Amino acid sequence: MLIKPPADIRSSEITDKKLYLNRREFIRATTGTAAAVATGVIGAGAFLRAATPAPHGRRLENVGKSAFSADEKVNKWEEITTYNNYYEFGTDKDSPSMLARNFKTEPWTVTVDGECNKKAAWHLEDVLKGQALEERIYRHRCVEAWSMIIPWVGFPLSDFIKKCEPTPKAKFIEFTTLYDPKQMPGVRSPVLRWPYVEGLRLDEAMHPLTILAVGLYGEVIPNQDGAPLRLVVPWKYGFKHIKSIVKIKFVEKQPLNTWQESAPQEYGFYSNVNPTVDHPRWTQASERRIGEFLRRKTLMFNGYGDQVAGMYSGMDLKRNY
Amino acid sequence: MLKPLVFIASLGPFAWLIWAGLTGNLSANPLSDVTNETGVWTLRFLCITLAITPLRKLTGWNAAIRFRRVAGLFAFFYGTLHFLTYVIADRFAALDFPDGMVAWTTVRNLAKSVGEDVYKRPFITVGFTTWTSMVPLALTSTSGMIRRLGGRRWNLLHRLVYLTASLGVVHYWWLVKADVSRPIAYGIVVGSLLAFRIWLARARAAVAPTRRLHTDGSSPKREAVGRAK
Repeated sequence: MLIKPPADIRSSEITDKKLYLNRREFIRATTGTAAAVATGVIGAGAFLRAATPAPHGRRLENVGKSAFSADEKVNKWEEITTYNNYYEFGTDKDSPSMLARNFKTEPWTVTVDGECNKKAAWHLEDVLKGQALEERIYRHRCVEAWSMIIPWVGFPLSDFIKKCEPTPKAKFIEFTTLYDPKQMPGVRSPVLRWPYVEGLRLDEAMHPLTILAVGLYGEVIPNQDGAPLRLVVPWKYGFKHIKSIVKIKFVEKQPLNTWQESAPQEYGFYSNVNPTVDHPRWTQASERRIGEFLRRKTLMFNGYGDQVAGMYSGMDLKRNY
Repeated sequence: MLKPLVFIASLGPFAWLIWAGLTGNLSANPLSDVTNETGVWTLRFLCITLAITPLRKLTGWNAAIRFRRVAGLFAFFYGTLHFLTYVIADRFAALDFPDGMVAWTTVRNLAKSVGEDVYKRPFITVGFTTWTSMVPLALTSTSGMIRRLGGRRWNLLHRLVYLTASLGVVHYWWLVKADVSRPIAYGIVVGSLLAFRIWLARARAAVAPTRRLHTDGSSPKREAVGRAK
């Protein structure tokens, strides 16, 4: 009697002969398609064109002056509203000026949560009720080594923090940007982990230079610049200045900010402007002021050292970049 | 007739940059635009250069070879503009000018600044290597040099362009902060064009022994016949 050994491979696992014969066809077709798509991507946008500046918004009333304002030549409206890093509206500098045009900022709610007595969902009108606004002309330094002088309108973040009554456990604040794939085409691709998150130590957040901005050039802040409410911390790189804030949370532990999560060897939590600590791929010792040809020397703490250096005394700023 | 047209078209991006720069059609940071655009056009021309051979083999349009040199030289042209923009806008513009701008100290400081940056930053090292690898190719692009080197040696030298294109993609990838979709696209195109050559070389190696049977008149060897299948 012959006992037939069982086949090692079940017949269902054997590739259909037709498919097998077609595999080269398949590889060729896949490669061809991938190459064609890739060719399309590299050919698209072959020619640049200038972006359109933001339309002018409502004028803000009773805006006071501030002794903190820099006495430097302010950048143009066109520059401030066409050259933006706001990845929720695309990764090109001019994409936010085009894709944020119809972004809806009314009504707007800011949720306050975490280690504080006054947890609440605030309507933006209520945040601004009775709040004196000031113009703050600040130096703005991007981590990409360009800079601008920007006439923000806003109010000290500390004013709002006091209303929230943080508990002694609150050591840091975590801010979150709106996540809305319907309105923000950029968040549909996973270039960063959404929503965008940033953080400050409580003393940094309470510092009088730190503001929440609601305006630019005396008008309501344009969408591409972070409407309706954005953070401005002038001694830190621009990516700390979180835009379109929907959540403020008081926390005990240092938050993990989005860029640090994305590339920890390049972007840290503190991100203080520091000409002596280079980005791995470029120098931070100098910067291009938008509108100028020769580069300027970057100033320690972006020139705000007199006011803020004390907060970091004894800290190794090379390690805490 | 076609060749002058190709030449003029290849100058198009350069002309466009100048026109856009003069009429304020670049972004608020025009020097960064010039750097990016010249870099990207270098990669595009490298892709075109590498696409000529596959195009000939796949379509049989052998006359396309006439455009390979001009495409390669335009890759070098845009690469050189890219490098010069970096030297001027990134390095020169950041110098101190203790003796005024037109002085020997400026030349010396500029050379030092470029040298240090190339040495210190891998991203720049790769970019600089990419450009440098095109120099011998541009220098030996004339018909006289092809003759002097001999076809075989010239061909061998010009395979350096495979390295140029690959390093160019690495350099671009490195530049991007988070959105790598465009570097990936260049990677796929350059990768496919190089893969085609590997495939071509294999196909040739497979048919080579049979051809030898016909030419040298010797009796067929078993293994050679076997491989020829």
